[in-house]
Amino acid sequence: MASQEIYYVPDGSKWPIVGTLSLFITFMGGAMMFNNAPGGLYVLILGLATLVYMFAGWFADVISESLAGKYSKQVDVSFRMGMGWFILSEVMFFAAFFGALYYARAFSIPWLGGEGQGLHNGTHEFLWPAFQAMWPMNVMPDPSNYTQYKDTIPAFGIPAVNTALLLTSGVTCTFAHWALKKEQRKALCLWLAATVLLGIIFVGFQAQEYVHAYNDLDLTLNSGIYGSTFFMLTGFHGFHVTMGALMLAVILFRSLKGHFSKKDHFAFEAVAWYWHFVDVVWLGLFIFVYWV
Amino acid sequence: MSTLAHDDHHDHKPTGLKRWFFSTNHKDIGTLYLIFALVMFFVGGSMAMIIRAELFQPGLQFVDPQFYNSMVTVHALIMIFGAVMPAGVGLANWMIPLMVGAPDMALPRMNNMSFWILPFAFALLISTLFMEGGGPAGGWTMYPPLVLQTGNAFPFLIFAIHFLGVSSIMGAINIIATVFNMRAPGMTLMKMPLFVWTWVITSFLLIASLPVLAGGVTMLLTDKYFGTSFFDAAGGGDPVLFQHIFWFFGHPEVYILALPAFGIVSQVIPAFARKPLFGYASMVYATASIAILSFFVWAHHMFTVGLPIKGELFFMYATMLIAVPTGVKVFNWIATMWKGAMTFETPMLFSIAFVILFTIGGFSGLMLGITPVDFQYHDTYFVVAHFHYVLLTGAIFALMSAVYYWLPKWTGYMYDERLGKIHFWLSLISSNVLFFPQHFLGLAGMPRRIPDYNIQFADFNAISSIGGFAYGITQLLFVYIVIKCALGGKKAKPRVWEGAKGLEWTVPSPAPFHTFETPPKLTKEMLEH
Repeated sequence: MASQEIYYVPDGSKWPIVGTLSLFITFMGGAMMFNNAPGGLYVLILGLATLVYMFAGWFADVISESLAGKYSKQVDVSFRMGMGWFILSEVMFFAAFFGALYYARAFSIPWLGGEGQGLHNGTHEFLWPAFQAMWPMNVMPDPSNYTQYKDTIPAFGIPAVNTALLLTSGVTCTFAHWALKKEQRKALCLWLAATVLLGIIFVGFQAQEYVHAYNDLDLTLNSGIYGSTFFMLTGFHGFHVTMGALMLAVILFRSLKGHFSKKDHFAFEAVAWYWHFVDVVWLGLFIFVYWV
Repeated sequence: MSTLAHDDHHDHKPTGLKRWFFSTNHKDIGTLYLIFALVMFFVGGSMAMIIRAELFQPGLQFVDPQFYNSMVTVHALIMIFGAVMPAGVGLANWMIPLMVGAPDMALPRMNNMSFWILPFAFALLISTLFMEGGGPAGGWTMYPPLVLQTGNAFPFLIFAIHFLGVSSIMGAINIIATVFNMRAPGMTLMKMPLFVWTWVITSFLLIASLPVLAGGVTMLLTDKYFGTSFFDAAGGGDPVLFQHIFWFFGHPEVYILALPAFGIVSQVIPAFARKPLFGYASMVYATASIAILSFFVWAHHMFTVGLPIKGELFFMYATMLIAVPTGVKVFNWIATMWKGAMTFETPMLFSIAFVILFTIGGFSGLMLGITPVDFQYHDTYFVVAHFHYVLLTGAIFALMSAVYYWLPKWTGYMYDERLGKIHFWLSLISSNVLFFPQHFLGLAGMPRRIPDYNIQFADFNAISSIGGFAYGITQLLFVYIVIKCALGGKKAKPRVWEGAKGLEWTVPSPAPFHTFETPPKLTKEMLEH
């Protein structure tokens, strides 16, 4: 509920419109590239560069306002709600891809294999009678359009190591938070650095796994629904880990500069929430994409 | 950007282009949203005019079928994402801080970005009409494999959807933070005006459903350009999977359009019946129930695709269940009017028409929700009639009601009541001439999304087109009324309507640039609803 202080309403700012333009240019560039229009890549790069400029400028404003003491407790709560609900929207984005995975495994593949649908199953009977339901599915109903792969990535190799890495990074992140609350600046920076490092190693392993999948296993985005769900889920997750590591690195940089106090460190917490969210998504991936 | 010196910004108003492009003021941003929505209402409306012109007679007259299909597709996308949703967000922006006693939206800069994305996203979308291969023509539902045949427009369509999603999610987060964090002391949750309640529940729907659509269209993109097989049975996927994902978003989306309308009507009817809203708490619970149930009914849009029978039954019964809280709401609106000292100014007329016509649309929805019956009605004009009753005579009538109700608060002048009433009656008659015959067309088997039809459907189509043109022309009158009111007229009092309750009527008309910079002291009367 409202406090009696005046809620800080910022004056006009150019960053929202810069952000809008940057996204617009990025989308334009992306769409141009898909259409093989000349110059698409340059437009895309310009858009992304503007996006980075916007983030840097917008956050710089927010940080200086925060350091100037303009933010009351109530403003802080608005930020917290904003971040929390943003993370929920991210959860729902991943839900779409998990949904696709479950749907393929529970419905579309068994149906293509002839299960269900009363007395006869037309798709199976008339289109692909030879298709047998299985998971991982490495013989496609119509193999002509899709790459058959030799093998999948086993759960208890690098993915298990990655699970350990990410869970550990969650712990180091919490240690950093405890250090911050006890005002141990050096420990804060060290634990944060460790978290960033673990995140980078995780992404490195993922990249190596992708190279292995593409080069040695012929497992690609084109490998039917297994390849589609595998790469889209792990790919979007990997992208989120990269973003999270980047955010943590910014927080580390700010910690080194002496930002944040025992009581006032919302940016730290927001990034920590995000990091834990990425962690939880990974657990879902490890279980449902790699393991069972 | 900001200096310490600016803190005292009581009535200092930025000027020129900066005022609009850099705005952090909920009233200015609300105005931008509302004007944008009105412009898009006419852009989408002109596409509807092309559709009705083509359908005036059987045979192909004016446009080629591909262009006709892209008109159907883009009309829907514009009306949903460009007209009804932004109008609702515009009202939320203008009114929620005034209604809960907040100085502004919780996150004012993000608020500006939520708005400014819209014109750019629609630039992406509408530009596709001029591209090689034409605009998207696979219907706003974008079902694969059809939509994958779209030409150069395809990535623009997908990115426009992503872009609009970003805007709506940021808007929704802002509304939630405003409602839960910015209320004046004493404005407890169950004292909030119902419009605020419906918007906060709508925001939950937006946050939970739009990212799912974003995921679904991303899969379309990778299916087309990166060789994935989410929606291709030859690779183990299923085109029906897209329909599940789409309608998991799409059904909550229906309530994203409808719930704010419910909120508006729940403000207007008590004001002109001069009675408190009947069953306030039950209204809140009914709204929440509708929102929760809306996540469990999506497959009623796809009864004919070959779902397992148990699934069809589940989704049929879940759909029937939504009629219960909706019935509670309709009952409460009528009970509010019961023995009220009613007057019939334009906002009230639109709201009463909403209650009746939305209920008709609701009932045809129930018919469509009954699985065996839907096999007959699916993809016919009956569906078109149904959702235009709930969206045009439903959502848009409520939005019109809201504009008339709050216009004097925004401009400081009374609108022309006589013209408002003419606008109402012409809209009421023309929209029913437009859509009622479409029920008969659908029951007789006329399919939707086809530019030509059998001669037996000619008469009803001609009637429907006449209604359509009349409705379109009538809306020009609305623009005239709004502009006239913005330019001058009878001065509006702070409490514009005698029976209106709520904090927004305690500030002057027009509402000053900044309101409630310090939380207002709320008295008991201020909290009545």
